[in-house]
Amino acid sequence: MSKFLKVAAAFAVLSTPAFADTFGLGRPALPEEIAAWDKDVSPDGTGLPEGSGDVFTGEEVFADQCAVCHGDFAEGVGNWPKLAGGMDTLADKDPLKTVGSYWPYLSTTWDYVNRSMPFGNAQSLEPDDVYAIVAYILYSNDLVDDDFVLSNETFSDVVLPNHDGFILDDRMETEHSKWVGEPCMENCKENVEVTMRAMVLDVTPEEVDEADNSAALEEAKVADAPAEDIAEIDPELVASGEKVFKKCKACHQVGDDAKNKTGPILNGIVGHPAGAIEGFKYSKPLLALADEGLIWTEEALAAFLAKPKSFIKGTKMSFAGLRKESDIEAVTAYLASFGN
Amino acid sequence: MTEETTGKSRRAFLKGAALTGVGLAAGKAGAATPDPLITEVQPWASGLGDGVDETPYGLPIEFEDDVIRRNVEWLTADTISSINFTPIHALDGTITPQGCAFERHHSGAIELKKEDYRLMINGMVDRPLVFTYADLERFPRENHVYFCECAANTGMEWAGAQLNGAQFTHGMIHNMEYTGVPLRTLLEEAGYDTAGKWVFVEGADASSNGRSIPMEKALDDVLVAFKANGEALRKEHGYPVRLVVPGWEGNMWIKWIRRIEVMDGPVESREETSKYTDTLADGISRKWTWEMDAKSVVTSPSPQSPITHGNGPLVISGLAWSGRGAITRVDVSKDGGKTWETARLAKPGEKMALTRFYLDTEWNGEEMMLQSRAMDDTGYVQPTKAQLREVRGLNSIYHNNCIQTWLVRANGEAENVEVS
Repeated sequence: MSKFLKVAAAFAVLSTPAFADTFGLGRPALPEEIAAWDKDVSPDGTGLPEGSGDVFTGEEVFADQCAVCHGDFAEGVGNWPKLAGGMDTLADKDPLKTVGSYWPYLSTTWDYVNRSMPFGNAQSLEPDDVYAIVAYILYSNDLVDDDFVLSNETFSDVVLPNHDGFILDDRMETEHSKWVGEPCMENCKENVEVTMRAMVLDVTPEEVDEADNSAALEEAKVADAPAEDIAEIDPELVASGEKVFKKCKACHQVGDDAKNKTGPILNGIVGHPAGAIEGFKYSKPLLALADEGLIWTEEALAAFLAKPKSFIKGTKMSFAGLRKESDIEAVTAYLASFGN
Repeated sequence: MTEETTGKSRRAFLKGAALTGVGLAAGKAGAATPDPLITEVQPWASGLGDGVDETPYGLPIEFEDDVIRRNVEWLTADTISSINFTPIHALDGTITPQGCAFERHHSGAIELKKEDYRLMINGMVDRPLVFTYADLERFPRENHVYFCECAANTGMEWAGAQLNGAQFTHGMIHNMEYTGVPLRTLLEEAGYDTAGKWVFVEGADASSNGRSIPMEKALDDVLVAFKANGEALRKEHGYPVRLVVPGWEGNMWIKWIRRIEVMDGPVESREETSKYTDTLADGISRKWTWEMDAKSVVTSPSPQSPITHGNGPLVISGLAWSGRGAITRVDVSKDGGKTWETARLAKPGEKMALTRFYLDTEWNGEEMMLQSRAMDDTGYVQPTKAQLREVRGLNSIYHNNCIQTWLVRANGEAENVEVS
């Protein structure tokens, strides 16, 4: 340590508030900073901000923000979580665990939607939206009527059905106490039979030969699409397309920093050959169509976006589809505004 | 053979092994013809290799390109919120290299620079504080080796034998040497209120994964870690800073940790109510099942690591661990649990860390039903699946620490089975 540093250190010690046994490291957290990050909500409602939302508003917000994965009625799309149903199934084989059937505290739902959702656009909801979404999830589970309004004041009126369905870890008593001591070493059983084989089920991932895979991708890259006449960009249409694209943002990125996520990058997708974004693992049915030379013309995109699962049976895209033609037109214009 | 075993696919490997199996099995007998690998000057013995700096940060040699993490696509809706598996069947020793240590993300692996990193301590403290990464490096730090196991490890095997490979059945685990600051030191720095019985810890990624940890554990051995195996954490493991919660389920090891709040009660967040709880046969669910029970698995031979060397000496090897302490003993059975032999521990077991065991034995082509059974220093003996099901029923997902069986056939191939 140099002389200069020694002096500096002495000053640092002197200027540090005199707390016993501390290092004087870090700086005080400002109230604004704590408010920005401390968002968790406890079972008794501590941490809830003021606000409210009704079931009908919730239905709209849910359709915009959540339905892409969780379905219009919170029933879940594909492998994404189901949020409603499953009442009284917890003791059945393969119980259905939802907010209604399993979650013990309403605070958990509010807290999770607020801090962690929507997937790919988290921490973007206003408190009133969160109240509305949670009200709608309760309604989807037949736990409230359609005129219900959830607010920081009505919050404690709701008790979820499985509130008392939990016990604390009791493994030390129910398991550990039984399974201690010197174990058997010889003649521990008379017969041993194989009762089940993983190979019969055959769900272990197969090794894909990389050479085959890249060949398939290579084939999918058909000759460049014929240059289409670039239609004039309508800024208003692009702007409303940007709003529609919120539904897509959970999985797709566009723009300069776009990366492949759950879905491929969509820069330059309009007029682009299908299945050809580098580094994205497409579904086999999509690759087959790409093989046949599918180009994402505006017409093909419109058909796909209206009913993804009918257009490509077996597509990985879990999106249910855009119902309004105007939304399809707008989002196509928005996508067309991003070049390659 | 060298070329054929570069491991493009297990099938190809097994085919290759079968073709050359006889030759290998004859290794003990004298060679009929001189081995050209010895009698002829090989290119590597004559020409030159790569210079230094060819790869400023090296990766394993290409011949090891099958020793990689793998996922099971049907498990989750997509790879952003998903899990993959450590290739434990192909590793030895106990330290898991970061590059093949399993990943579990809820909103993808984010890229957070050290310069942009902030850690806040708030709640029931005298002095709510914000630390930078540089601040953390100025606290006294410690080194500890711990395993991190996802509570769902082996979860797919509850209903029966499902996945054919130790990587898939037991690969949601890794074991690293962590460097970090005890959480206790940071809590003391902020002046925690002794009335605060819990800390809530939260990550900086979009999933904002948050868990409640009892103060007793927080003050005991939890680390705020920034290095693993001597180098910076990988982004997939929470670069630049993650929480290390020894012996407890991996979900609590918050990655990209950004906030620690001292509280008087648990938050009961999504990950500690709707997930990571264990539903029993009567529909009642256990919660706060944080500790990982003692467990072990034979990593070789196993379905992805068959016997390819024919009759004679065989090393049976595996891993054992316990979230409640140190492994004291591992027994191995070759007959599905009728008789057991005590395996050799490579080193005495260490608390909440992986222990490597070996059974150095002879194999002459007989069918084996290989099992391993761990014991820890609390006296606990790893149970069978039947014992677990008797207490927990069939609807469990997490904390499956049952004894695993590999059926090894005369040709050396192994498969995942369940036995009576």
